[in-house]
Amino acid sequence: MSVLKTPNQAAAAADVDQVHVVQRSSLALTMRRLSRDPASVIAAVFIIVLVLFAVFAPTIAAWTGHGPDEQFRETGLSPSGIPVGPGAEFLFGTDQLGRDVLVRLAYGARISLLVGVVASIVAATIGVTVGMLAGYFGGRVDTLLSRIMDLVMSVPFLLAAIALVSVLGPSLQLSIAVIIFFTWTPIGRVIRGQVLALKQREFVEAARSLGAGHLGIMFRDILPNLMVPIIIYSTLMIPSAIVFEATLSFLGMGIVPPTASWGGMLSEAAGNSIYLAAPWLVIIPGTALLFTTLAFNLLGDGLRDALDPRAARKA
Amino acid sequence: MSEQATIKTSAAAEPLLKVRELEKFFTLPGKGLLQRNGATVYAVNGISLDVHAGRTLGVVGESGCGKSTAGRTIMRLLEPTGGKIEFDGRDITRVKGESLRMLRRQMQMVFQDPKGSLNSRQTIGTILSAPFRIQKVTPPGGTRLAIQDLMDRVGLNPEHYNRYPHEFSGGQQQRIGVARAIALSPKLIVCDEPVSALDASIQAQVVNLLKDIQDETGVAYVFIAHDLAVVRHIADEVAVMYLGQIMERGPMDVVFNRPMHPYTHALLSAVPILDPAARSRERIVLSRDLPSPLAPPSGCVFRTRCPIAQDICAVEAPPVTEPEPGHLIACHFPSTTPPSTSALPMRVIHTSTQKTN
Repeated sequence: MSVLKTPNQAAAAADVDQVHVVQRSSLALTMRRLSRDPASVIAAVFIIVLVLFAVFAPTIAAWTGHGPDEQFRETGLSPSGIPVGPGAEFLFGTDQLGRDVLVRLAYGARISLLVGVVASIVAATIGVTVGMLAGYFGGRVDTLLSRIMDLVMSVPFLLAAIALVSVLGPSLQLSIAVIIFFTWTPIGRVIRGQVLALKQREFVEAARSLGAGHLGIMFRDILPNLMVPIIIYSTLMIPSAIVFEATLSFLGMGIVPPTASWGGMLSEAAGNSIYLAAPWLVIIPGTALLFTTLAFNLLGDGLRDALDPRAARKA
Repeated sequence: MSEQATIKTSAAAEPLLKVRELEKFFTLPGKGLLQRNGATVYAVNGISLDVHAGRTLGVVGESGCGKSTAGRTIMRLLEPTGGKIEFDGRDITRVKGESLRMLRRQMQMVFQDPKGSLNSRQTIGTILSAPFRIQKVTPPGGTRLAIQDLMDRVGLNPEHYNRYPHEFSGGQQQRIGVARAIALSPKLIVCDEPVSALDASIQAQVVNLLKDIQDETGVAYVFIAHDLAVVRHIADEVAVMYLGQIMERGPMDVVFNRPMHPYTHALLSAVPILDPAARSRERIVLSRDLPSPLAPPSGCVFRTRCPIAQDICAVEAPPVTEPEPGHLIACHFPSTTPPSTSALPMRVIHTSTQKTN
């Protein structure tokens, strides 16, 4: 490389070099960066397995021959009424009513993922809308919406949830609504800040100078530039929604029994201190919850690094 | 300031753009809860300009003198605080909504930062389709054909239709900005330092492109710049701005060859001269910084840095005089001779004894 070249030779060499340069789209580059991070890859694989586990819950029930709410008082409980531990018949053991923990775990995964994904999508939509309106219009709109966000953030989550459940009665819909209500504010603030910066950019001014309206500028010019924080924050909202749902179910304010849910399973294990005799009733749903939240958090972190390569990775 | 209202246009034809006593003030937010409004920035403080169809007005001045704010206010991207903007014989100072949108077809803008003025998430095709889409104009032969024709006109390869802005060089990005501005064949384009972010070699290309487009379409330009050499190359008329006001205005060769305002003398003396043998002139270096536009000096705004300032300059704003037709000066003591070496508080350096910088 140290050989001096005339401009023509250098240009020719550059031409040859260009043949080897592959032009990659930003999506391809993001996926490449993501795939170089082992934690993200493991997390992504775990999430895919979890999704398959939830999707094929009925298949698992059919394969084991145990329904999710079916009680096996003869085979699943010892003569003295103690649950049977993990074994050939019940892979993850049974619970205090003689139900198959594996099957219930799979059906519980459906609830967890449903709540996590639905709540984070709806919460992100609300957060992005409010944040964009506040940041774009500024002034009084911003003051009003920002104060509403402050207000929501200052409401104590559990007290409000208990109050709502005691009035309306526990249900899946109510848990999702409560989770959405308490999770849209952080993304709303982030988006507001981003929009405040973006609306000063010259391309927004260029759109205005062409006569574009507010809606057009917000959707065509600003929103596409917000995709990175939206993707990252939505991913990071899933685990907190899953934990919220488990918390609500654990306290008896979420999913109504006998429908399986991870928080409900933990709650039942705690009842009558049955976990002292059957520790798998805590360990199995607890581990599932731990690894699921960990996987989504790791994937969210990995996505942030992969989508924003300029963010310094001090490692 | 109010004296500038007496400015008369010397040109026979009615100008395309007529700006009178234009003001744009910004109110800073107050500190504390109870104090809603803080200090006021006098960014544009009563300027008057004329731009004739097919001609170019160069607006020059230091950074922070309000020339970009003036351009944006004329474009109605900022709400004017006071004054009047007339375009094509129509008062556009307060137009809103649909009529403002229709006006955008006639007035366009080229921005300073070529990269920042293009949305990095959109392809060139999408960016250049925006004028047609927003204005609901369907060009004959379809939008795609019109866009490729535009790209061809500004010297871009029409095959690059589907590329993203970051795949282009700065000069090419600015050509995209120019293509977007000329898409709807406007009568006026405000160019806000369109070449100051570009390499010197690319600057000439873009300036020549703008000139070619003017010859072709008869568009008028308001060309905002701090580089006098670029302005000399493109402008027919020049307005020299200082701290939100116009110091001197007139035909380009008059202002450049027979300047009468001490600030114009200082600006022109700072232009580099290529021939070392010709560097016998005195370089006038202005001392002190630009005063804050939060609290402009009383009387003449330039007096704090003016080498020939007298007592009256602090008391009275200078009247606008017109020593020859079309040449307007806002100074109590206009003179074609540059301010003398002995004058204070200006430092004067003989460039002939200086090493080239």
